[in-house]
Amino acid sequence: MTFRSILSHQNKMQWTEDFPSDSLSDLNLDLLIDAITETEAPDLLKPFFRTPLQEIDLIHYRQDVMRDLENPALLQGIKTFAKGMTRVERYLSMVKKMTYDAHRKGWFLEAALIYCDTLSDQVRALSGLPLKSRGLRSFREYVTAYVNSPAFHTLSEEARKVKQALSEIVYCVTIQSGKFRVKRYEGEPDYSMEVERIFDKFKQGNDPSHLVKLPDPSGMTHIEAKILEFVTKLYPKPFALLNEFHARHARFMDEIIQTFGQEIRFYIAYLDFIADFKKEGLPFCYPTLTPDAKGIHVKDGYDLFLAHVLLQKGESVVTNDISLKGPERILVVTGPNQGGKTTYARMFGQLHFLASLGCPVPAREARLFLFDQILTHFEREEDIRNLRGKFEDDLIRMRQILDQASSRSLFVINEIFASTSLQDAFLLSREILTRLMALDVLCVWVTFIDELSSLNEKTVSMVASVDPKEPTRRTFKVVRKPADGLAYALSLARKYGLTYQDIKERLS
Amino acid sequence: MMKVCLMYPDHDFMLDEACLPPNKDDLEQDLELGILFDAMAKDDSFLRQVARQAVLSSLKDPAIIHFRQEILKDCLNHPETIQNIYRIPLEFLDRKRSQWLWISTRHANPSSILSSALHMLEASLDLIRSLRQIADREGNKFESEGFRRLFTMFQTELNDDYLSRVQETLQRLKFPNGALVSAKLGPGNEGTGYLLCKPNHTGWRWVPHMFTKKSPEYTLTLHPRDDHGARALAELKDRGIARAAEAVARAAGHIENFFQTLRVELAFYLCCLNLHERLLALGEPISLPKPLSMDQREIVGSRLYDITLALTLGRKVVDNSIHIKQKDLCIITGPNQGGKTTFLRSVGVAQLMAQSGMFVPAQSYSASLCTALFTHFKREEDKTMESGKFAEELRRISRIIDLMEPGALVLLNESFAATNEREGSEVARQIVRALIEKGIRVFFVTHLYEFAHGFYRDGMKNVLFLRAERLNDQRRTYKLVEGKPLATSFGVDLYQKIFHKDLHREVSSASTAPLSSGGKG
Repeated sequence: MTFRSILSHQNKMQWTEDFPSDSLSDLNLDLLIDAITETEAPDLLKPFFRTPLQEIDLIHYRQDVMRDLENPALLQGIKTFAKGMTRVERYLSMVKKMTYDAHRKGWFLEAALIYCDTLSDQVRALSGLPLKSRGLRSFREYVTAYVNSPAFHTLSEEARKVKQALSEIVYCVTIQSGKFRVKRYEGEPDYSMEVERIFDKFKQGNDPSHLVKLPDPSGMTHIEAKILEFVTKLYPKPFALLNEFHARHARFMDEIIQTFGQEIRFYIAYLDFIADFKKEGLPFCYPTLTPDAKGIHVKDGYDLFLAHVLLQKGESVVTNDISLKGPERILVVTGPNQGGKTTYARMFGQLHFLASLGCPVPAREARLFLFDQILTHFEREEDIRNLRGKFEDDLIRMRQILDQASSRSLFVINEIFASTSLQDAFLLSREILTRLMALDVLCVWVTFIDELSSLNEKTVSMVASVDPKEPTRRTFKVVRKPADGLAYALSLARKYGLTYQDIKERLS
Repeated sequence: MMKVCLMYPDHDFMLDEACLPPNKDDLEQDLELGILFDAMAKDDSFLRQVARQAVLSSLKDPAIIHFRQEILKDCLNHPETIQNIYRIPLEFLDRKRSQWLWISTRHANPSSILSSALHMLEASLDLIRSLRQIADREGNKFESEGFRRLFTMFQTELNDDYLSRVQETLQRLKFPNGALVSAKLGPGNEGTGYLLCKPNHTGWRWVPHMFTKKSPEYTLTLHPRDDHGARALAELKDRGIARAAEAVARAAGHIENFFQTLRVELAFYLCCLNLHERLLALGEPISLPKPLSMDQREIVGSRLYDITLALTLGRKVVDNSIHIKQKDLCIITGPNQGGKTTFLRSVGVAQLMAQSGMFVPAQSYSASLCTALFTHFKREEDKTMESGKFAEELRRISRIIDLMEPGALVLLNESFAATNEREGSEVARQIVRALIEKGIRVFFVTHLYEFAHGFYRDGMKNVLFLRAERLNDQRRTYKLVEGKPLATSFGVDLYQKIFHKDLHREVSSASTAPLSSGGKG
């Protein structure tokens, strides 16, 4: 198999990005993707993370690469490689914009040096590693042949020699107003140190620094160019070598390797992101995906973005199960405020979304459904710009997503119709549930209306539960059982974490 | 190294909103602290700022409270000297303003930083000398550790010898013959590693060049209109002199900072002098409080009065003696308009004043320190339409709990009353019980009988019950006495008063009560 792309064994991927942004933000997937891509290159990577796949074979191709990369030695090597390639590309695009000859060629040399080191290191790191995935095996063949070619060998030897010659140069500039002189360096002593010693007694720990952080120059002024020109006259030989090098190796970069360097960062970003969770003992697994059977099963799943937030605060993460069997299609979630209902709903959406990217998902076991779209309806802040009431707005948005749905769509619905009477909310919710059942879609529905949870054999009642010994303590466990209600003032106190037990925990 | 250290023995006192407790707005509003700050400031907005910062940022260490109390004693004994020293930093700031002296690191380059630092140093030297003269003249009259250290420092750190060496260095840093900078070629052949060097021929310029072999040298003179080039050249020079400029600017910044700090820290003691003067005129007593450890859970004092009320009315007000030892909870009940809120406020204000190192409004006072003071007073307004008043109260106490740690002191004033008595009492019971079990001291003014009575029935040793006194003829004395909670808060009295069942009696009671316009509720 010839190597083309590490994200797809087929022809070039189209990064459509047509996944609805409302659904992304409702499920906190936008924040999750931000967090995953934060330290890599968000602009480059976000399209990869926003394009769910619909073909099983393609998902498997990625899952296999991901499994290979779970070998820490391999991952480390690949990371170094990706970083190196990024720098090479950045330098070469800089070179295109530069005007002064010795400057431009200097950066060109820098790019070539990094390119050579990066590729040689990569081949060394890959050799002898047990690779199972189709993607990485064929890449290794490709890059090994490339690095062993005589052309590559010449490039790397010449680059090193030129650099050595240039780095031995030291020069002096005497600056007066409107005038400067350049000469070779002749052992003049450092004066800054002497001044620092005189004022040493004013040094203290918390000084505001007056040391101006002069920006690293990205371009070159005509003054610097002139100085550099004088330096080329003071030291002519190294610059002659540089000219020859540039003429011989104008286009040194291989296109397929370049693309690999970008696309592999999809895997790096994700694996890096989940590494912290694994360290804390949180499970991840490669899900089984079924395009037809609608029975799904998740053991110890969790909301990955919430886990990310909790982990930063040093708090622990609660996991939950999902199970739909036989005719069951709709999970109706009820329970106390801030008891984990919305988190449960988001988890359902996130697991499916991440699975469709070919990523390992935050759960111990997962059998999931291969969906065509995830449609969400979450409570929105009232928008002053649209003149409709909030209630009407809820209905219109619901109508819109129902129109888009197919029987392979997933629905995540969170606390709608909160701004009408209980009775109206119940009747309308039942109406919409009936439509969803007719479509035969999978759905999680978070509601304060207990009656919805026992409509018929398609609904499953899930309750965000409290500790049976201490009913004021939330467990964030969402379990399968009949819905139950609670009294007002104390449940309000519970909402703000103000019961006796809550406060004692908060203050310990 | 020069440090003022009149507020803390080892570090500076800063005017910094971010250092104030997160519940500062509640404290100011609930305890009417604005009135106190105004009296301390005497129309000087800077002093008011200092008063606010100092009173709101409570000290937790009794040693530092003692440290400030000693300095305060020196100030009360030598007010004129304090005024004289305070004028020196003001003079510096005056010069700074009129001569445009400042060191800005934003948008500034090392060359301009270097030259402004030089100006500032030159403008400070004689003021530093005057400080030393005051130290020489008056130093031995001062007894506090803080002042003794400050005066000694002036005499040892900045002698004339050192100052003239500084002067000489600054002269050389004007580079009359150009700045010599060495460099190497970094990535992209860009100059890097710029270092300011001392020319090899310094001081030997008269030796003829024929003895040394002249190395090649290239010179460029810029076109006079090449502004861009002149800028670029200046930038290169900046790279070379950055470290030297940093050292000089640091020294200037340090001295400026010293004057600023001296002004801020003396301002606190000036505030205390101002307040002392006001209270003296009202004939109200003050005392330096004795800070006690947290686990004593104690407040013992005589003639404690609400200073904000005294300042507002401009006369002496009712005071209370208070004797609380080993108590975690103090439940205050009693009739409406009986002085409960006034008492609660006097406890809160005295606590803040004591923990800032000030005197307190009492004849004698000793109190356990707290890690932080919180207030949760009933609020009239309810700005958010979406949630009820009870929810607002709960959200507010929840935010407070987020900020708490053991050793905190909480003043609750008619909290959790925005629902029915039974539910309110139950919520209050759970909250208060959890708080005191977690080492938080609570003062609770309440009409929730079921709540108050519940604690009374439990008979816990660490709970004290105070009641606003009501005489049998319905008159209030505005004094707090020990007493169990009663089922009525005598709201009927108020009803009768307002609907004047007995107009004659109402008029007579108002004229005999010492505080007819006292705190409400």
